[in-house]
Amino acid sequence: MLEALKARIRHGYQAIPDIRKAKVLDTSRGFPVVAGEIAPSAVKLCTGVCPAGAISPCGKSVSIDMGRCTFCGDCERAAPGAVRFTPAHRLAADSLSKLVVRPGMTARDYELAAVETREAIRRAFGRSLKLRQVSAGGCGACEMELNASGNVNFDMGRFGIEFTASPRHADGIVVTGPVSAGMSNALWDTYRSVPSPKIVIAAGACAISGGVFRDSPALDRSFFGEVKIDLYIPGCPPHPLTIINGILDLIGRK
Amino acid sequence: MKEIDFANHKALPLDSVPELPAAGFLDTAASLSRAGCRPVQYFGWKHAGRVRLIAVMSDAENGRLKMFRTALPEGGSYPSLTPEHPAFHLFERELHEEFGIVPEGHPSLKPVRYSFDRYNPSETAENYPFYRAASLDSHEVGVGPVHAGIIEPGHFRFTCEGETVHNLEIRLGYQHRGVERLFEAKGDPVKKAVLAESVSGDQTIAHATAYAANVESLTDTRVPRKAMSLRAIALELERMAMHAADLSALAGDVAYLTGNAAYGATRTLIINTLLLVCGNRFGKGLLRPGGTVFDLDKDRIAAVKKILDKVMGDIEIYSEALFTSASVLARFENTGRVAKEDAERYGMVGPAARASGTAVDVRSDHPSDIYKIFPVHKVTMDSGDVFARAYIRYAEIRQSYHFILEQLKSYSTWVESSMKPLGAPHPDCIVTSLVEGFRGETAHTAITGKDGGIVRYKIKDPSFHNWTGLSLALRGTGISDFPVCNKSFNLSYCGFDL
Repeated sequence: MLEALKARIRHGYQAIPDIRKAKVLDTSRGFPVVAGEIAPSAVKLCTGVCPAGAISPCGKSVSIDMGRCTFCGDCERAAPGAVRFTPAHRLAADSLSKLVVRPGMTARDYELAAVETREAIRRAFGRSLKLRQVSAGGCGACEMELNASGNVNFDMGRFGIEFTASPRHADGIVVTGPVSAGMSNALWDTYRSVPSPKIVIAAGACAISGGVFRDSPALDRSFFGEVKIDLYIPGCPPHPLTIINGILDLIGRK
Repeated sequence: MKEIDFANHKALPLDSVPELPAAGFLDTAASLSRAGCRPVQYFGWKHAGRVRLIAVMSDAENGRLKMFRTALPEGGSYPSLTPEHPAFHLFERELHEEFGIVPEGHPSLKPVRYSFDRYNPSETAENYPFYRAASLDSHEVGVGPVHAGIIEPGHFRFTCEGETVHNLEIRLGYQHRGVERLFEAKGDPVKKAVLAESVSGDQTIAHATAYAANVESLTDTRVPRKAMSLRAIALELERMAMHAADLSALAGDVAYLTGNAAYGATRTLIINTLLLVCGNRFGKGLLRPGGTVFDLDKDRIAAVKKILDKVMGDIEIYSEALFTSASVLARFENTGRVAKEDAERYGMVGPAARASGTAVDVRSDHPSDIYKIFPVHKVTMDSGDVFARAYIRYAEIRQSYHFILEQLKSYSTWVESSMKPLGAPHPDCIVTSLVEGFRGETAHTAITGKDGGIVRYKIKDPSFHNWTGLSLALRGTGISDFPVCNKSFNLSYCGFDL
């Protein structure tokens, strides 16, 4: 009994007080800032070194598709000054095109436009959102960060956002992984089992674009071709603060 | 010469591996098994119109690996090793699935993961041959692929009588992403490190280290001393983080919520240490073939040490509470026992095997350079139950903590750069790297072709051996103890499905 009390006291209160204002460590690789103009050799280095095929030439510089980016930082090191990863963690967006970071864009510019709250979603889910998670070829990292979003530190439950055991009890699904062919049917089944109205969230580079598995013949990404995705949460894996703040923006919570 | 004797992480010319006739190959496998060796890899490689069967076995006592091979036509057959040496059972099923090789007399020749390029595409998940109990008193419970929590998918089929589980059959393959083929595609070996990091996300460092070690051995690149140290620090941080996560989950499954919350918060501290070191909570991006991308300066060494001291203090107090709580012990003790003989027969690895008294640990059986200088002593327990699999995690967290402190003490004495450029890879070579991840023996084997590019890449996650252990643990156990048994193994689905 005493041991249990000691453990409880040692544990104390660990929830981050204000999720909206919380910061991630400076070392963290979040929003990439791309220089407005870089040498042609730097363009080549950046596009050549990217293991995720996320970097394309853009004007006199490059653009980075955060839907593919694994935030490994290899471009930053290959061409110093061209790309700089910042700890800014508000990365979620409501469309694929918004995920593309263009030269000169700041994290602030990006955040202002990234997620527009739709009134119908705010009305239905603004105060309570239950989600069912489907891992469709996910490596376990995105899954663990989704779990962590509900732990004592991040405590997403304080906003009424929780994961349910059954799709029947859910208002939407969160998909992780590149969608292996073996999971395609189960993903569709889960989606169809969620009553309408419902939302769909894609978390992590694999779910958004296939990630580093995008060229594999073992995938079946037809789901993403046919279903409207309401929120994309980039990362490999996305940080819990990226996940929670993205969802809060989607459902219109201040 | 029946087999070639070699060391972990050491590339060999493919020609130096004796190619035996099938009978000699099987004799070698059987006699090495009888002498106490354990299969580490056994896989096929389609080359020049035949399937090359390559076996790697671990001679732990002498710290050596043995490799030998044979060749069969696609769809060929041979007398199965499994009836006498069950540790081969899943390897033989895999060979059957991928190349149509029939191990005659295999007691359970079922599909493994329905790889997209399997030999017989008419075998599909829909017609998986589940065991059926003939008794009218028994019933079946099917769970998955999508599970109740936020975890990866797989299907569990319980055959029960009342609440007692007679058999648990585990059908996997839902997560198959064709990973090995992606390693074999043309491309820069450094870029593929990102792929290695995503084989199984919770073993990011273990898989990335095994891949990097293979590439380094094939290119004769000697990793800088400080990079060896930082890789080992990261590997032990990964172990501490996942063991803490597992203790949290185990506590949660027996409704001990203080433990669930407290260990979970401790895991946050540990993975934030990785974030501090390399900018990612899982250590993604930390290491590449040639060394480590990041380095530790004096301030960071001090910061890491400070966090880990706090972590260890937390773990001691939480573990004192967890392992003295009567309600926890009542659920942990004698639940889901795996006997030592079974753990050995089925070739189990990692903490799950050590909890059953089987002393297997790559760090001491086949140590890489850093673990030769800083040896890790194997921790084993005897009871083989959920309690042992939980307690051993606590013991290993302590061990990792002390190991990391030793590394931090000497780290700043190494002054050279943490990264070395890679040379050209040797053509026609084979290399196997074993790394003790938090879950156990993680094995990667690479074969290079004429131009030095990778023509065959074989990955074996420790889960490949241990899913069978979970099945064994459930026999005769109440079905309501499944969650806590499952967490006590914490196996990877995508690591198995590849």
